[in-house]
This record gives sequence, structure tokens and C-alpha cells, in this order.
Amino acid sequence: MEPFETVERDVLVIGAGGAGLRATIAVREAGLSCAVVCKSLLGKAHTVMAEGGAAAALGNMGEPDNWRVHFRDTMLGGAYLNNPRIVELFAKEAIERVLELEQYGAVFDRTPEGLISQRPFGGHTYRRLNHVGDRTGLELIRTLQDKAVSLQPDVFMEFTVTRLLKDADRVVGALAYNRQSGGFVAFRAKAVVVATGGWGRMYKYTSNSWESTGDGAAMALEAGAELLDMEMVQFHPTGMLWPPGVRGLLVTEAVRGEGGVLRNSQGERFMFRPEYTPERYRGKYAETEEEGAGWLTDKANFRRPPELLPRDEVSRAIYKEVRAGRGSEHGGIYLDVSHRGADYIRRSLPSMYEQFHALGDIDITRQPMEIYPTIHYTMGGIRVDPDTCSTTLPGLYAAGECAGGLHGANRLGGNSLTDILVFGRRAGEAAAIYASSAMQGALDEGPVSAEMDLLLRPLSATSGENPFHLAAELQEAMQQGAMIERTEAGLTACLEKVLQLRERVEHVQVEGSRAYNPGWNAARDLRFTLRISEVIVRCALARKESRGAQWRSDYPGFDPEWGRKNLVARLEGDTLHVETRPLPSMSPELQSIMEEAR
Amino acid sequence: MLETIRLRVFRGDASGGEEREYPVRTFPGMVVLDAIHQIQGEQDGTLACRWNCKAAKCGSCSAEINGHPALMCKSRVEQFYDAAGLIRVSPLKTFPLIKDLVTDVSWNYRKAQQIPPLTVAADAPRPFRMMQGDVDRIQEFRKCIECFLCQDICHVLRDHGRKDAYFGPRFMIKIASLDMHPMDDLERRPHLMRAAGVGYCNVNKCCQEVCPEHIHITDNGIIPLKERVADEFYDPIRGLLRMLGLGRSRRQPMPEEAFTAPPEPAAERKPSP
Repeated sequence: MEPFETVERDVLVIGAGGAGLRATIAVREAGLSCAVVCKSLLGKAHTVMAEGGAAAALGNMGEPDNWRVHFRDTMLGGAYLNNPRIVELFAKEAIERVLELEQYGAVFDRTPEGLISQRPFGGHTYRRLNHVGDRTGLELIRTLQDKAVSLQPDVFMEFTVTRLLKDADRVVGALAYNRQSGGFVAFRAKAVVVATGGWGRMYKYTSNSWESTGDGAAMALEAGAELLDMEMVQFHPTGMLWPPGVRGLLVTEAVRGEGGVLRNSQGERFMFRPEYTPERYRGKYAETEEEGAGWLTDKANFRRPPELLPRDEVSRAIYKEVRAGRGSEHGGIYLDVSHRGADYIRRSLPSMYEQFHALGDIDITRQPMEIYPTIHYTMGGIRVDPDTCSTTLPGLYAAGECAGGLHGANRLGGNSLTDILVFGRRAGEAAAIYASSAMQGALDEGPVSAEMDLLLRPLSATSGENPFHLAAELQEAMQQGAMIERTEAGLTACLEKVLQLRERVEHVQVEGSRAYNPGWNAARDLRFTLRISEVIVRCALARKESRGAQWRSDYPGFDPEWGRKNLVARLEGDTLHVETRPLPSMSPELQSIMEEAR
Repeated sequence: MLETIRLRVFRGDASGGEEREYPVRTFPGMVVLDAIHQIQGEQDGTLACRWNCKAAKCGSCSAEINGHPALMCKSRVEQFYDAAGLIRVSPLKTFPLIKDLVTDVSWNYRKAQQIPPLTVAADAPRPFRMMQGDVDRIQEFRKCIECFLCQDICHVLRDHGRKDAYFGPRFMIKIASLDMHPMDDLERRPHLMRAAGVGYCNVNKCCQEVCPEHIHITDNGIIPLKERVADEFYDPIRGLLRMLGLGRSRRQPMPEEAFTAPPEPAAERKPSP
């Protein structure tokens, strides 16, 4: 057998984005030893890319905001597929978590009264996004990084975890390799928190980095946990479109929050077309451009413009405009914020200004941006208990984007940054409690050896396919068959391709050694993206309705039957089962909150 | 723009290496990182580099392009190739090489750990009330994406190898962002002068020239810090007052022994295991 090192700690946290770092803080504050493992250097995780803000109903802007409104907005945005208890905990605790961040050292933008400033965002009734210009994610991850480091966990940077290790049913550790040296490490822990983020790399045009390959969800599934609502993949309405080198890069929703408007090639603000405002949002949005313009300066007496509908609705509208022949030069839509003036734009959207200036030769203070939807976020994920973030496997916890249930069929902008704070902490605390009364499990060397063999196979092969080429084929197939508009035929063809690629991945070959070898790393990542792609496509085929991010043009509209069900995916052997589960019930108090809106 | 260019990339590890040249097809808006990815995907999958966001927000893909420290994701190829269509890409010089374009930057993480976090007086009112005008300047420092380009170009670290004596520009502005925080209550000047070595900076401003976030590292960060240290330790009137037992800092003293840098090993730690 290949040699491997063993590292033993009370709790293992996989992933050092916002959720992983917040969990680490909770574990260390509970006095337990903690190993935190990340694929990149510390502080580079995807959280750093979040721009617009962290949603929490602080009510600093003179509006009657509170957790109940935040709860209702989130349920409505998620098209009622959310787990109500998860949303309740989230909306209540988001407030405390944001204020705590300020105590850790985060420096948010201020109101004239010296409180945290909040900005408007799609689907949020009131100004609710606590922000730092358009680099809120950087502020959040750096703050959590500093706080976590001050509590001295053991950080393993540039390590990739590839398999969870079990003792009978219980998760007792994980196998990883060191990206720098290629050496293997078996982590043994009394509890494991998965905080590995989402998966956008199986699509061609994505705002996600190389890390977003769904490792955590795939490993949890393979260990026997359940995945929830995996068909729900968010297409962010505004990704950069031109030049090709930047295609898919995110253009923050804050551009629209700060007054940016969407126009088609005819100069029309098409979001005002009535067909783009769904029934449940009728009457809540401005109906004329004048009304929308009034809202910029007087939020109490004017309704917000429809550019601030939830992301699923805006993405679909952009897609339909382009398909109807009203697209821009390069096949997108124009986003224009230049009317807000150069000073205002440079102050409130500095990194957008810089991004377009440096990468696109566009001055957004004078010119419109060309945009098109880009893969952004995954609402689905590992099925967890609302209060403890525990999975169906003892000893395994999940939090952040890799967990499911909070966002339902569509996430509201700003809800992810508070998601990782609220549930990162809950997962860390629950894991610490479990670990405090548990013993280390037994380390079975069988699966360790099998995983090391699997990892090493592409290096010892003498011929075979290039993993980068296979990854590109997968991206092409998912972009074609499982993007915004989905049909039975398109999904079926996509599934066939994914299954074919799953056979071909057994025969990839890479050159070189194990030390910092991107080709070798890509070969293992590909197994994760393929596994998750199959789950996405099978779930999208199963849900025969249109809801949130899932738009089946062959089954348009909500289906009340489907509105009562979640989809759950699990493995039996190597066979994937997709089954329906009734939605969790809503407490009478929460029901009454939903009815207040009617 | 030329249809094909040539990328001359350093290949090697701690035991040595050499430049190797690769032909690359261009496309509109192409950045150096795109060229590296093209080489990885089509010519040599073993070419090592770091990257994450590809949008100049994470600071992972730092390298030296034609000898200048820069983010590869923000460097458009047409701004770098010469008349012969050639671009040279090499790893950061100031840090030990791991492989190809990847260096061991762990020293920076050890320095970060030696800076005490925000320390708020026990009786401070919460939640904080802070005015925008009072946080503008620390928000500038907090834009730092930790690409370590400023550390790479800093003469003290790069040419004189004084990692044992000076934390470097990145951590000067980190200390500044804490010291100038309206709610911070820690007396940071002794630490700044001794362990962090602010005196080593000779105000060449190279660091702020390479900063991709355009932070005025020297002007707004290091110079004010130097002035604060000078006030505390070199002002004769203050010195006299101190001898008389007057003019003590109102801030909490820092438990300095907790943050004194442990000696840096002569050779950088090798990656383990």
C-alpha cells in the first residue's frame, strides 16, 4: 500500500470559505482541536467573490424591516420549496451574526447616523444588504480568516479531500492529498463538517473558480448521505459577455440595486413588460419608468423597478429577449448605470468599474455593459437537520452552499453571505457537541488504499484521454442541455453524454509527478463534477414543472402537486435513486407570517 | 493583435529549472492566465500555477510578467508581448519556489498570525457607531486581496532578504487598518517598531506602484505609521514628559511577548508531508 500520514483532531472542517471558517471559530471557541483543510491558500475561497452584501434585517435604513419580512421574502424568492424551519433560523440569526462580524473587525459602509449601511437587492422588500462597496465577500472572508487564525486551528492549505472515511455508519475522517507534494494524509476526527461550497464548473460559462467542483456534495453522497433539490442551479442574470476572455465573470446585482437598468437592442426597458412579472410579485414592482426612477430617491413612496425581481425571473427574461432577436451585438443585453454619475459609481461600485475598465475596455460611468446570464450558485445540496446541520450520517455535518434547504428553488442575492455565517456557526457548534462525547472511530485501511489507487491510476496509465478535454466536453453538454431552458429531449441527450463521460473518465491519463500537477488534480475533480452533473440532470428530468431556477419549457408554470415535494437523491451501490419527499410542514406562527402578505 | 504569441514560462522546482517556450493562440480580451490555461489544457498539463477567481478579486495568480510583479488574470496579453510576440512569465522572486509559477508564501501567513486582532475596550458601546469619514481610510487598506505583489517588490524583503526583521508592506497596512480603527484600543506602536520593523521601509513606494487594488500603501499607510512611531519614541518633548511620568498612552498595552516573532529559520520550511 502507498504510504500515508495520519492527522488526528477532534473536528475536521473541510473547506475554508465563510462557512468553514465560521464553523472553525465555533469549534475552537468550544475548546476542541480543529483541523481545517482548504484546496487553495487561506482566504482565496469563493466567498471572496461575493460582491453585493450580506442580507440581515437590521432595519438601519428607517424602513420597518424585521426577520419576519426577511423570512417571507426568502420563501417567496424560493418559490416555497425552502425548508421553513431553516429559513426561520436564518432570518432570525442573520442579524446577530452580522453584528458579531463587526465586533471581529469587519468595517461595513456606514449610514449618516454611523450604523451599518444597507442597500436594496432583488426580491428583498426593504434595504437589507449590509455591504462594503461591492467587495463584501472579501471583507467577510478576511474578517473570519483573521478571527479563526487568532484561535489557532491547524490549517492545511492546498490539500484536496477526496473521500470521507467511515466506521460502520459513522463518518470518522477523510482522505486527502497535499497538492504541493502529492503526499497522502488520512484525517481522523470525531466529527466532520463539510463546507466545500457549490459546483459551477460543469458549465461552460460560469462565475465559479476551479474549486467549485462539488467535492463535498459528491463525497457525502458517496458516503451515503442524501442530496436535496439538486436540479436548482442559479443562473445569475448578469455575467460579463464580451470580450470572450471574461465571459461569465460576475457583474454584481448591486449595479441594479444602485439604479442600473436593463435594455434590449431597441433601447426598451423590457423588464417592464407585464409577462416578466410573475403572479406572486404583481403589484409589488413599479409599472412605469417614471415610478422606477422615483424610487431611486424616495423609497417610501415609490415601488422598486422590475429589474430587481428575483434572479430566476430576470435571467429568464434576458434569455427570452435574446431569443426573440432583441439581443445586443454579442448576443446579450445592455446593463446601464451611467446615469448615476461617475463619482457615485466609483464610490459604490469600485470593483465593477475596475473590472470593466481593465478587462473589457468599457468605462461603466459612460457606457452600458453587455451582459448575459452566467452559472452562479447551487441552491440544492446535502440534506441537513435545520437546527444542527447534521446530515443523515452520524458525525457528518454540512453548512453553506454545499447544504440544501434554505434557498428553495431560487436564492435571493445577499442571502448566501448570511447563510454561511448562521449555519457555519450552527454546524461548528453541533459538531463540537457531538465530538465532545464521542471517541475517535476506527480507521479502516481498505477504503484508504482503494482511494489512493483511484487517485494514482491516471499517473500510471500509459495511454488514455486528457482530463481537460473531457471536462470541456462535459461543460459543452451541460451548457447545451441543462442551462436556463430545459426540455425532456435536451436533458435526456445531456444525461446520455454525462453517462458516456463517466465511462471515459476511467481511462484518463496524465503526465508528470504528484507534486503540484494540475492535470493530475483535474483528473480527480472530473469524477466529482461528473457525479454531480448526473444528479442535476436526473433531478431536472424528474421535476416535471417550472419553478424557480428549474424552467421546463415543456412543462411551463407551477404544478401544485410538485409544489408539495422536494427531490432527494441518494446512492445504492453505484446506482443513483431520485425520489420525492413531502415538504417539511410549517409551524402555525410561520404560516401566519406568510399570510400577512396576502 | 497577433494571432499567435509565444509564452516563455519558467519551468522547474527548488532543485533548478529553465525557461520553456510555448506557442499560444490569442483571442479578444485574452489575459496571461488564459494563455497559461491554454498551455495546461493542450500542451502540458503539468505546468503549475495558482489561480481562483480570474477577476482580480482573490489575489492568487501573482507572477512576474516580463520581470514585473502582476496578477496574470488582469494582464492583457497585447499589453505585454514585444515586437516578436514574446511574453516572459516567471514566479515571484522573493519567495521560495515550489514548482513552475508556484511559490511558498507561507511566511506571509506566519506574519499575519503575529498581528494581534482588533481589540475593543470592554466598556465600548455596542453595536458600534462609526462615521463613514472615520472609516474611509481603513476601508482603503481593507481592499487588500493578499496577492503579495507588494511583498515581492519590497527591497527590504526582495534584495536584502530581511524577512527576519520586517513584516513587509502588506502587513504594514494591515497594522494600519487596526491602529486607525475607531474602536481599536491597543497600543500597537512598540510592536510596530520592534517585531514588525516599520523602520526598515525606506519609502521607495514600489509597493504602491504594483498594488492591483491601487491602495496608497506608502502614502496613506506606512508614512503615517512611521510618524506615529516617531512621535512615541523619538520626540524629545514626549520623552521628557515620559520621564516625568506624564503623557502615557491611553490605550491598552499590548502583551508584547505573545506577539514577538519567533525566529525565522534560515531556510524556508519545505512543504509537508
